[in-house]
Amino acid sequence: MSPAMTHVQLAANEASEHRPLIITLFALFVVATLFITVWAGRQTKDAADFYAGGRSFSAFQNGLAVSGDYMSAASFLGIAGAIALFGYDGFLYSIGFLVAWLVALLLVAEPLRNSGRYTMGDVLAYRMRQRPVRTAAGTSTIVVSIFYLLAQMAGAGVLVSLLLGITSDAGKILIVALVGVLMIVYVSIGGMKGTTWVQMVKAVLLIGGTILITFLVLLKFNFNISDLLGTAAENSGKGAAFLEPGLQYGATGTTKLDFISLGIALVLGTAGLPHILIRFYTVPNAKAARKSVNWAIGIIGGFYLMTIALGFGAAALISQDEIIASNPSGNTAAPLLALHLGGVDSAWGAILLATISAVAFATILAVVAGLTLASSSSFAHDIYANVIRKGQATEKEEVRAARLATIGIGAVSILLGALARDLNVAGLVALAFAVAASANLPTILYSLFWKRFTTQGALWSIYGGLIVAVGLVLFSPVVSGDPKAMFPDVDFAWFPLKNPGIISIPFGFLMGWLGTVLSKEEPDVKKYAELEVRSLTGTGAH
Amino acid sequence: MATDAPPPSKEQHKLPSPEEFTEVHESAEFGELRRSYRSFAFPLTVGFIAWYLLYVLLSNYAGDFMGTKVVGNINVAFVFGIAQFVTTFLIAWWYSRHAAAKLDPKAEAIKTRMEGGA
Repeated sequence: MSPAMTHVQLAANEASEHRPLIITLFALFVVATLFITVWAGRQTKDAADFYAGGRSFSAFQNGLAVSGDYMSAASFLGIAGAIALFGYDGFLYSIGFLVAWLVALLLVAEPLRNSGRYTMGDVLAYRMRQRPVRTAAGTSTIVVSIFYLLAQMAGAGVLVSLLLGITSDAGKILIVALVGVLMIVYVSIGGMKGTTWVQMVKAVLLIGGTILITFLVLLKFNFNISDLLGTAAENSGKGAAFLEPGLQYGATGTTKLDFISLGIALVLGTAGLPHILIRFYTVPNAKAARKSVNWAIGIIGGFYLMTIALGFGAAALISQDEIIASNPSGNTAAPLLALHLGGVDSAWGAILLATISAVAFATILAVVAGLTLASSSSFAHDIYANVIRKGQATEKEEVRAARLATIGIGAVSILLGALARDLNVAGLVALAFAVAASANLPTILYSLFWKRFTTQGALWSIYGGLIVAVGLVLFSPVVSGDPKAMFPDVDFAWFPLKNPGIISIPFGFLMGWLGTVLSKEEPDVKKYAELEVRSLTGTGAH
Repeated sequence: MATDAPPPSKEQHKLPSPEEFTEVHESAEFGELRRSYRSFAFPLTVGFIAWYLLYVLLSNYAGDFMGTKVVGNINVAFVFGIAQFVTTFLIAWWYSRHAAAKLDPKAEAIKTRMEGGA
């Protein structure tokens, strides 16, 4: 028997011993959030309640909820794992994820809050022909959200099978279905109000859990960070290189280019993620939107700083073999670290492992709820109310459509999640960022700041960015031709980079410009004057 | 054209007419608000993106420099990374201060006048 096998079994045994405790904590979270959902559902009466939580949240509450929406399992488990295995290169992610918030703060949050109502499409279609632009905005919103959702659901499957020792196909499908049903319930009953409270609870749990583990790690090293880094470098077997950039991305010229591509997509993608954008509608005005972004920057920044302690702590206290045996991408490094900090065979270790695992579940559940809300809102408000019903639908009909869309999107996600349960879909999160940066961000910026921008420009930038980003990924090593690809056994990958951003983002911007200068229609200058005055002053804001 | 813009929600003041919007848009007061916003936000955006790209490029192509030890096991790469956090916090604080001092009062004045139905 190989040493790796022993480790897998060890991890599985450790996990199954703690199963009752993990399940209990997880059930507690589910019950508490279901209570919140039902309570919020009773207070959800009109469309502004369902889509925007009645616009009644405070800047701090929304800042917490934004953080909850943003800190996905990918950032919690993924970054800690990447640092644990690749050292410094794992940390590079968090910097892109954080700096990105400045784009949202300086250019997007306030104008969007001032001039839109419920969705990203409100702003994009403001001075354009409604039906084509709303169709495009809805399409892009749903594509971005579904990619993101799939990655989260598959992540839930992997995590649960590891932590609870469920390895059978039926078990994994059951987990995906459970996550899907819960997110349908959260969103269709609780709407934005319920989802926002779930995000806040999750953010507090995640921050609390991270502070606890960070404190325990630092305590082990007498709060000497240099010591922590040194031990991590030594224990990783990679020496000083572990603390320098390059272990993951420095291998070849192509991987370096890939890292630049990823970096650009991370920084420009955040301000184009629909589930983040709709959060700015939950506060009373643009000033509160600005303050909520500031809270989010503080909370998310603090969180990412702590992932340094988590990742290097795992590298310092656990052997690389054990981390890799538990999950080849390091996704279970954080829960393993909790176990080791408490003591592998002690009750305290079991409690810590269960707590961190439950926090990870809560994280996934809350993020999928946010994504589902964004896509069902866009379907109901952009596509159903404004395209299919041409603006003639009543509020009641619109909210009913949103609730039904939630069930539909949930069902599709369960189906896709179950089909993709054994595929490596973690790369889809980066793809969601790339599509958001290539299709949504150019269109948002042109709409808000470029007087001449036309309907044709908007359509070309959304569809151009979307098609090129998705197309390049389809032919990249994320999908085929790589041992870690979704379909490792076939090879139709002619595009060498895993992230399409370096091509697709400039392309999205270029298409928006080209579509505009080549369009035969005159830009609606009056309507732009109206949009600009509204977006900068908040006149007539909803 | 885009005639079916969403109607104002029930609790809102009256929405000014398209003519009023055009008029305000042409006014010196609004021009100043727009300049004050754009001349702050646009260069700063270019600046922080360039600063971030510098960090990405150095991480990629200046491994030796980034690996230089500063204190104990803490090297230039770490200092640079933490500096990105610090500048992000500082820029957020700086923009918010600018907005509160220079943008909010102007925006508020225009909004009040327009919604007041002057």
